[in-house]
Amino acid sequence: MPDSKPLSLRIPEPGCRPGDQPDFSDFVVPRAGEARRPDTDASPEDMRDMAFSIIRVINKKGEAVGPWADTLSVENLRDGLRHMLTLRAFDERMLKAQRQGKTSFYMQHLGEEAVACAFRMALEEGDMNFPTYRQAGLLIAGGYPLVDMMNQIYSNAEDPLKGRQLPIMYSSREHGFFTISGNLGTQFIQAVGWGMASAIAGDTRIASAWIGDGATSESDFYAAMVFASTYNAPVILNIVNNQWAISTFQGFARGNAVTFAERGHGFGIPSLRVDGNDYLAVHAVAKWAADRARAGLGPTLIEHVTYRAGGHSTSDDPSAYRSKDEFSAWPLGDPIDRLKRHLITLGEWSEERHTQALAEITETVRTAQKKAEAIGTLISGSHPSPRSMFDDVYAEMPPHLVAQRQAGGY
Amino acid sequence: MARMTMIEAIRSAHDLAMQRDEKVVVFGEDVGYFGGVFRCTAGLQEKYGKHRCFDAPINESGIVGAAIGMAAYGLKPVVEIQFADYVYPAYDQIVSEAARMRHRSAGQFTCPMVIRMPTGGGIFGGQTHSQSPEALFTHVSGVKVVVPSSPYDARGLLLSAIEDPDPVIFLEPKRLYNGPFDGHHDRPVTAWKKHPLGEVPEDYDTIPLGKASVRRKGSDVTVLAYGTMVYVAEAAADETGIDAEIIDLRSLMPLDVEAITASVQKTGRCVIVHEATRTSGFGAELSATVQESCFYHLEAPILRVAGWDTPYPHAQEWAYFPGPERVAAALKDVMEA
Repeated sequence: MPDSKPLSLRIPEPGCRPGDQPDFSDFVVPRAGEARRPDTDASPEDMRDMAFSIIRVINKKGEAVGPWADTLSVENLRDGLRHMLTLRAFDERMLKAQRQGKTSFYMQHLGEEAVACAFRMALEEGDMNFPTYRQAGLLIAGGYPLVDMMNQIYSNAEDPLKGRQLPIMYSSREHGFFTISGNLGTQFIQAVGWGMASAIAGDTRIASAWIGDGATSESDFYAAMVFASTYNAPVILNIVNNQWAISTFQGFARGNAVTFAERGHGFGIPSLRVDGNDYLAVHAVAKWAADRARAGLGPTLIEHVTYRAGGHSTSDDPSAYRSKDEFSAWPLGDPIDRLKRHLITLGEWSEERHTQALAEITETVRTAQKKAEAIGTLISGSHPSPRSMFDDVYAEMPPHLVAQRQAGGY
Repeated sequence: MARMTMIEAIRSAHDLAMQRDEKVVVFGEDVGYFGGVFRCTAGLQEKYGKHRCFDAPINESGIVGAAIGMAAYGLKPVVEIQFADYVYPAYDQIVSEAARMRHRSAGQFTCPMVIRMPTGGGIFGGQTHSQSPEALFTHVSGVKVVVPSSPYDARGLLLSAIEDPDPVIFLEPKRLYNGPFDGHHDRPVTAWKKHPLGEVPEDYDTIPLGKASVRRKGSDVTVLAYGTMVYVAEAAADETGIDAEIIDLRSLMPLDVEAITASVQKTGRCVIVHEATRTSGFGAELSATVQESCFYHLEAPILRVAGWDTPYPHAQEWAYFPGPERVAAALKDVMEA
């Protein structure tokens, strides 16, 4: 008989479940301003420490401190606050519209608004994002019309995607927003290919890849990492670590064993970890990575540390698997509150201005909603013709599709 | 005109396409410096540079996924999967992404790319160097599927595939790379240089996708085949003396229903031949199509000769491969029915 005990599996468990008191005491929050800022041409080996800490700019007093604090003007910050408020107001109304049965589905960004909104501001015209379903901030900060977003959500006659896609699977080439797919991780490697193409063509444009913490377990995450590194592709590889993949905590993607940023080291990719609820930090890190990519210095991996405050989607009830109080205990706070406080600290904002801005934004979103709903929602108004579902399968409709369209009576 | 093997014809198509359009980019495992394990891309890196033809990490999903990104950017990637048996890791990228990009983005993003892969058996390739996965692609809306059977067709069809605005799965029967093969494994093999279809034009000359070719005119029975099976069917027709009309489909998607219908309505009989396994193989789609469009002309049930519904074996190669004897038996059966 061998002298061995029976083996057993580890099944990771999150720190707290429904009814438990949230406890983030193990989560180390470095002080704002503490992280160093390497030169963009620094070698990956000389900045390995950056993957273990968190780059933060806004401190507890609302001041912007440290070497990452200088990338945005006050005007930029006010715009950023407006973008985040707009996204949150948009989410609220679309969530409600789904509950009212005006559309089939919605996914909100609550608590993650800074990530995409701040990132977008570091990009230039012509750059291309390969987003997941939780980066609508890229569209809002990029000036994409709210009415078009809602038309897509309602699948009405003005839906830019002609009713073919599930709500929120937006697409806008013009706004550097690649068509969203329901299949997780697929776009991460496509972004690398887009960046490679830009390099092959001798272009100056760069690509941004997006993935969540859970989807880093998908094979295409590794495909993207090895291709980006091998070809020194001009791409920013963004991991949005919001702690949760539907009901599965990040431990199942091994988020508690090592940081997500650390995974870049295995491929020789410089990797930064940033406070995803700190608008200034996200922007500064994005700018650093964009400068690096544009200078031909290759890919950067960024782990945005944040928290998914809302349900995964309108089909999800998070109270079934996590504590209701988790977001209020989350050490990195609320991105909107933090930027607002910073602007007030600077003397460039006030509670009055905030209330007024919020009222204006709410009105803008409401007006857009009325406009979209006047065209149609999923259950009322006008919709794309069934005839159009046969279009765009191929550039030119092959005979068998023409026959099917006719057989269907369209 | 020049004499070429199928390998040389494929290489020539790459060469012409790369010369003509600087957006054409070629990559895959061992494709660059080495020129491919089957030599289909030999010399291209030297001629066009490392930016146009390069080696890739061993990751099929990565190869196809990166190519999709490149196509979305505006390049025309022509990528190679070393064996069709190894395309499965890329299946998600092909089905969920390449095939649907135009449709789901309402034409904002498109995917003009070619995915080449050696396919088929008859080479003692065993389980993972012999498969014919075409039905896994013909079932996917949004991709085109092409299978050439000669150097002439391979060159013309590949040039069309590269020009095509949609993603094309280009399956190359590796058994036909160096010469035609009729299934008589005990006889010496002819090289393409001694075969009329080894003669190909040297200039830019395309063959349209979606058009079948009538390889042998006949009046008794229509044989629908593609790839290696075209030569097997020819041998079976010669050996039985049955006046079979052999149609090489060339494109499985889009399918030349017109050519199929015209032939079966003339002969009244139909035998379908493919290497791939029988159940839910492409033959089932062909059979259903013939049944729907030629029902009142049929004088016998439609027969299928296909690979058995087993994984592709090694030692039992010739018991598995649908050779001329099995096709001949089907031709006789359909004539007697």
